[in-house]
Amino acid sequence: MTTPVDEVLLRSLTPNVLAILVRRGADFATAEDAVQEALVEAVRVWPDGPPRDPKGWLVTVAWRKFLDATRAAAARRRREDLVQEEPAPGPAPAVDDTLQLYFLCAHPSLTPSSAVALTLRAVGGLTTRQIAAAYLVPEATMAQRISRAKRTVSGVRFDQPGDVATVLRVLYLVFNEGYSGDVDLAAEAIRLTRQLAAAIDHPEVSGLLALMLLHHARRAARTAPDGSLVPLAEQDRGRWDTESIAEGVQILQAALARDRLGEFQAQAAIAALHADAPTAEETDWVQIVEWYDELARLTDSPVVRLNRAVAVGEADGPRAGLAALAELDDSLPRHAAVAAYLHERDGDLATAARLYAEAAQKAPNLAERAHLTRQAARLNARPSS
Amino acid sequence: MAKYLLLKHYRGAPAAVNDVPMDQWTPEEISAHVQYMRDFAARLEETGEFVDHLALSPEGTFVRYDGEGRPPVTDGPFAETKDLIAGWTVIDVDSYERALELAGELSAAPGAGGKPIHEWLEVRPFLAVPPTIAE
Repeated sequence: MTTPVDEVLLRSLTPNVLAILVRRGADFATAEDAVQEALVEAVRVWPDGPPRDPKGWLVTVAWRKFLDATRAAAARRRREDLVQEEPAPGPAPAVDDTLQLYFLCAHPSLTPSSAVALTLRAVGGLTTRQIAAAYLVPEATMAQRISRAKRTVSGVRFDQPGDVATVLRVLYLVFNEGYSGDVDLAAEAIRLTRQLAAAIDHPEVSGLLALMLLHHARRAARTAPDGSLVPLAEQDRGRWDTESIAEGVQILQAALARDRLGEFQAQAAIAALHADAPTAEETDWVQIVEWYDELARLTDSPVVRLNRAVAVGEADGPRAGLAALAELDDSLPRHAAVAAYLHERDGDLATAARLYAEAAQKAPNLAERAHLTRQAARLNARPSS
Repeated sequence: MAKYLLLKHYRGAPAAVNDVPMDQWTPEEISAHVQYMRDFAARLEETGEFVDHLALSPEGTFVRYDGEGRPPVTDGPFAETKDLIAGWTVIDVDSYERALELAGELSAAPGAGGKPIHEWLEVRPFLAVPPTIAE
């Protein structure tokens, strides 16, 4: 009788096991490889004999793999064996150790793509093959990216405090960008952010978790059966995941109550206002504009100003939206798409059709291009008056 | 994290600075050029930015559907089209600036006299997947 391995449980143990090895004095890069090997072995042997103490099993096997690797390397260099014998099991790892791993994998010396890859492997416990598939690059490329990342952080002290903001940016990227292999990156990002929230008490970590939950809640409604994008206003709100929304709102409210606003809390607040509207028409756009003002104050991102112009268009009418848009650089990504939408709302269908077509040309992905092309086609096909 | 195509043309790109046809190079210059391309790909693999590269034959055939139950119509082979793609490299990099930097390196491949060709390469972003967070 075999029992399938609970891979999510297995992977949730990854950062703990890795931290124990590092605490015992293993170097991060070798320890990380050893933990990967232990995970692979667990998937192989657990179905026939699940251990009573999964974490203890992983620590023992990973430590053995680490010693093997160290001895092999030492032998290769014809040097004396430095590692003698297995130390007594260390103290129960503090949650701090998990946190240190997040800091290390999102270290500012890493490029965003390296930090993402290293986080998914060392904290997430994914294999190189899975990460490569998720980002559509050859496995050999991803292996190099990860080993370079490990070399880059090899000199960083494990107990050095890090910056939560860099970790949040990495997790945001995992949630927001990536193709799909056999790993659900959005769900993985939520899992990793939850785990981070358990390790550190920080309102922006809560803000990001709430933001992810609120957007993830809409996932089923975002895509039509043919794969095309369904804009927020046209989504079937009955298909939104109310449990996920309730959890996101609750986490957000607790974070906001602490009065240390940050960009993720502000973004989550906007998502929560959308989630709160039973129909698109009932959306509280006035409040959404206020949150965009906060967000613009916090980040000064041109993308935020662009989205703010859309919100202003809904709150105060398309003319006001166009006025807000006029203050922005028209080379911004999606500027033409926003302009098209506001002109259509303003009744200038010819301009809207032209701008939709222009926006389609500039769209950064196929789904948006198809959506914008259909918008242009819809307006072009209207009976001439 | 974005993918770019570095597109190399046999014809159709503006003329290179060192624009001597390859059959007029010395064999050593050809070897040096080929080695440069190999080293470039190896470096990309090492930096974790390599996705794919392929070269194309200069000759191609146009093909089109010719109606139900009929074999496709072919025309060609053509080697005389205005724009002729020689091959490509696909990279996965952190920024557009990095894509330009790598294209610049690739364009420095040595040609006649061992001097860089200064060949014009076309850099084209791939269409990505839509982000989850849109508003």
